[in-house]
Amino acid sequence: MTTFLIDTGTPRRIKAPVMQTQINGMASPAEARIRVRHFDFFYADAKVLHGITMDIPDRQVTALIGPSGCGKSTFVRSMNRMNDIIPDAHGEGVIEIDGRNIYDGGTDVVELRRRVGMVFQKSNPFPKSIFENIAYGLKIGGVRNRRQLSETVEKSLRRAALWDEVKDRLNDSAMALSGGQQQRLCIARALAVDPEILLMDEPASALDPIATTKIEELIWELKENYTIVIVTHNMQQAARVSDRTAFFMLGRLVEYGETNTIFMNPREKMTEDYVTGRFG
Amino acid sequence: MRYATRRKIVSRVAEALCAVAVLLALLPLVLILFYVLKEGAGALNLAFFTQMPKPVGETGGGMANAIVGTLILIGLAGVFAVPIGCLCGIHLAEYPETRFSSVVRFAADVLNGVPSIVVGIFAYGLVVLPFKRFSAIAGGVALGLLMIPIVVRMTEELLRLVPSGLREGALALGATRGRAVFTVIVPAALPGILTGILVALARVAGETAPLLFTSFNNRFWSLDVTQPMASLTVQVFTYAISPYDDWHRQAWAGAFLLVMIILALSIMARLAVRRLERMNRG
Ligand SMILES: Nc1ncnc2c1ncn2[C@@H]1O[C@H](COP(=O)(O)OP(=O)(O)O)[C@@H](O)[C@H]1O
Ligand SMILES: [Mg+2]
Repeated sequence: MTTFLIDTGTPRRIKAPVMQTQINGMASPAEARIRVRHFDFFYADAKVLHGITMDIPDRQVTALIGPSGCGKSTFVRSMNRMNDIIPDAHGEGVIEIDGRNIYDGGTDVVELRRRVGMVFQKSNPFPKSIFENIAYGLKIGGVRNRRQLSETVEKSLRRAALWDEVKDRLNDSAMALSGGQQQRLCIARALAVDPEILLMDEPASALDPIATTKIEELIWELKENYTIVIVTHNMQQAARVSDRTAFFMLGRLVEYGETNTIFMNPREKMTEDYVTGRFG
Repeated sequence: MRYATRRKIVSRVAEALCAVAVLLALLPLVLILFYVLKEGAGALNLAFFTQMPKPVGETGGGMANAIVGTLILIGLAGVFAVPIGCLCGIHLAEYPETRFSSVVRFAADVLNGVPSIVVGIFAYGLVVLPFKRFSAIAGGVALGLLMIPIVVRMTEELLRLVPSGLREGALALGATRGRAVFTVIVPAALPGILTGILVALARVAGETAPLLFTSFNNRFWSLDVTQPMASLTVQVFTYAISPYDDWHRQAWAGAFLLVMIILALSIMARLAVRRLERMNRG
């Protein structure tokens, strides 16, 4: 089981000491950027998330793993209220970001989504130019100044490690980029509105290994400035990129803790079976 | 081995059948073009495009007023039908479950099935009677009413084809729903919508019945949309039922031109799609 981590390749950087052991996902509130308490989610009458309680720390990468259909996507999409657009779906409980429950009546969802960026499994560049894709979030936010737009476009593309590949063709269609480039474009597009939190739902699952490596390296760099939650069904990936890992099963949070612990010394038998590939 | 030969034979036969089907579909088009050209070619000359109709008995003359009239009429139809049709289509695609949507859908279906002459009568009652005169506007309204259901349905279906990921991408960046529709979803469907509009224009360009008592006809040069206006279809109809050989030839020439205009609109639709698709795909 230990070989699991060793053959993952990419050397892991030294991490700042993370939280102490926590009971059922809770950490000391000071470090938590996102606090989830007893969160349930329903699609019509079907309850797909059951009493999720966990703290997601600031400027770290938190991976959500678990078998397909266990509610990982539903959970990340709850954190920017992306599920609001699904008819008859609703969440109950508390998800606090910076101390405010985003499910409160008064929440400005548009504002929330600008602060909590999202990258999807299937890259979804708009059928517009590369420039227009990155500038989109700013433009709908009312920025018109050409210079400011250009600067942000460049900065975002640099952060997403895409600038050198596209700087000479910013006015070309984004649809002409390769799959991996499109996904980095989508990351750049999310970064352009200057979010604090970045949600990624299997961002590399449709990419080849080289493109995947690029995305993973990018995630490593981004976590210096962003709080990242990444869903992945690839356990090596979770082991490579994340500081903390949460294992979901049938809509329940089974175990949550430091990634090393989850992979090498899990508390639950179910977690161990899953991370060692015995099922799922 | 034997299986492979069999497979090849089946494939050949299928290909041949397809080719025959294509020919059968193309044959009427070619025959129509050929026949109309053969009959109308004699009268199709520069004068046909530049001159006004001559009085009975004098040979020559053209249909300049009817050509321009048809273009103005379908232009007016587009002006009336495109905004209404597109907005209704957007509403249907975005809020398919609302009461208003079921009303719009029903109305579009009914309107689609109404014979064009009845639509003409309706436009007559709506525009001609109150203003007490035939006018190009009335003709444009009649043609526009015929266009609306086509535009509504096309817009709705094309918007539905836009991948939902684009909408989510826009919403995730803080776009409101309406914003996402108008800045991402509609632009993504635009090539198709434009084609739909051109196809709808081509369809109503060939209408005669609804124009008979709306834009009526005009023997003179007129660009005044509040006055009766000549159109190719009505002119062809008038000439075709006349007893004069010269007018019959003119009618054929008019018919040929009409077919060409419709063909041109269809080709434009094609080109528009290609250009926009290239932009979208990169
Ligand atoms: N839009 C939806 N409507 C109804 N049920 C859904 C919808 N999306 C997901 N589900 C159900 O919710 C459960 C969790 O799905 P999901 O969050 O997508 O899981 P994961 O991302 O872990 O594969 C599954 O049983 C799935 O069938
Ligand atoms: Mg999922």
